[in-house]
Amino acid sequence: MHEKTIALGEVATARSGDKGNHANVAVIAWRQAGYQFLEKVLTAERVAEFFQGLDSSHVDRFELPKLGSLNFLLYDALGGGASQSLRIDTQGKLLGTALLDLQLPVPDNVSEMLRGTS
Amino acid sequence: MTLRIANAAGFWGDWPSAPRRLLETAEVDFLTLEYLAELTLSIMASQRKKSPTAGYATDFVTVTEDIVSLLQTQPQLKIVTNAGGLNPISCARAVGKVLVKCGLENLPIGVVFGDDLLPQMDTLTKEGCELLHFDRGEPLGTLREKVISANAYLGAEPISRSLEKGARIVITGRVADASLTVGPAVHQFGWTWDDWNSLAAASVAGHIIECGAQATGGYSTDWKSCQLANIGYPIAEIGSDGQLIITKPDGSGGQVTRHTVTEQLVYEIGDPAAYLTPDVIVDFTTVEVAALAENRVAVRGSTGREAPESYKVSLAYADGFTASGQLLVFGNDCVVKAKVVASLIEERLHQDGIELARMHTELLGAGDGLPGMQPPPDDLREVMLRIAAYDPRREAVAAFARQFAPLITNGPAGLAGYAQGRPSVRPLYSYWPTTVPKELVFPEVRVLDANHWANTPENN
Repeated sequence: MHEKTIALGEVATARSGDKGNHANVAVIAWRQAGYQFLEKVLTAERVAEFFQGLDSSHVDRFELPKLGSLNFLLYDALGGGASQSLRIDTQGKLLGTALLDLQLPVPDNVSEMLRGTS
Repeated sequence: MTLRIANAAGFWGDWPSAPRRLLETAEVDFLTLEYLAELTLSIMASQRKKSPTAGYATDFVTVTEDIVSLLQTQPQLKIVTNAGGLNPISCARAVGKVLVKCGLENLPIGVVFGDDLLPQMDTLTKEGCELLHFDRGEPLGTLREKVISANAYLGAEPISRSLEKGARIVITGRVADASLTVGPAVHQFGWTWDDWNSLAAASVAGHIIECGAQATGGYSTDWKSCQLANIGYPIAEIGSDGQLIITKPDGSGGQVTRHTVTEQLVYEIGDPAAYLTPDVIVDFTTVEVAALAENRVAVRGSTGREAPESYKVSLAYADGFTASGQLLVFGNDCVVKAKVVASLIEERLHQDGIELARMHTELLGAGDGLPGMQPPPDDLREVMLRIAAYDPRREAVAAFARQFAPLITNGPAGLAGYAQGRPSVRPLYSYWPTTVPKELVFPEVRVLDANHWANTPENN
């Protein structure tokens, strides 16, 4: 448990939105090394576990290596979606910001992943 | 030849001055204005019930007033918008009146019809169209009686057709957001409707700019790195062979970087290898983004394949009533107290024999913006209690809405925020995404001058 961690927000930004009752959360790495790292560690299972409070039925991950991005689709995650949800965040707008707090093990080449020039 | 297409509205309610700010600082060939989110049409349907001349994005009339002088001084400028909503004729009439008043009575306005499927629900049924739910596969069945709006997402073809007939302003109802950009590009470059890679490139352009400032640094988790007060709205420069550059007006705030463009590319998508539009299926996984200069970003490699055989349809049905109320709960014991207040509301409703179908309580400020994610911190001094309710019966939801005010005097001390009055009870419209075969939908266009639209009778 003493493993050093880094917040996802150090190596990527994120953007979330709704598709009916499903939410999409896209993670956009600042640099290619960061993408390669996230492709290994930021699995659909990890994201599903992070968002378990949303009662999503399942989570799919799609890779966009040329865009340095991973797209997560969280099915049935929005409590009914924009029309039926009773939550304040009916459209999953907060999910991207939230996911950036996810702690990941610090990789050896972390300096190649931080924002820098991109 | 490069076509410059800007977007200055990403939804109904977007920044009112964005269109004028954009046109004052950049010369573009097309201004697109996107007003229709998934549920906007159901809101318009309830407005049209109250008044037959309502049911379109009235913001566009205000925008027209704001930019009419620029239409006069910029002869190349054309506008494409889905502001017509459920009632494009009333929208064209209102816009026509503004133009006539300003001496532009001859300006040709094109109106696109045919997306509204409500009048032909019987025909669709006869044709064996079950309107299966896009995700769940269930037929619409008896919910059909409760449908208040059903609109096909039309494609770019009727927009392009309107432009060929000389329209300078094109007003549509429901079309796919990206098609607002694809239509002008096809009109300009004469692409065929099976030139999938070119259609894909224009669709990618449309997807990037359709949410306005979300492509230029808005809604970014990296919000600290750009100046948002005078954020510039995006401009897509499209070449005849599908080259695409994203930029924004010189001197505006925000930023266009490889990162801001990529963030918007991946917004609200599912499988990136199959982004469905009525014009083309786009593969985002072949797309590359590269910075060319400050605030100029190239988007290359878009590929597409044959468009789907059906139109996506956005259908909404009346589904009961909802209301939400808030109270600020103050004090060292605010978390415990807020939970007690919520249970008082539930208990008092119970005493009156009212059980609501659904209730949802959130302690805003204590982490409930994301349900179930984290326990509240123990040093909170105040929390916003928000309770939302749903029930098929209007009266039950109204009874819920009446529970908030009494708590000020007959609940615990330390409650505030009732100045807005009793929560309003709203009808709830549920969303039913489905598809309809393209051969059952008939997009039509009509291009007439502003004077003609201004004098179109109310009942037409």
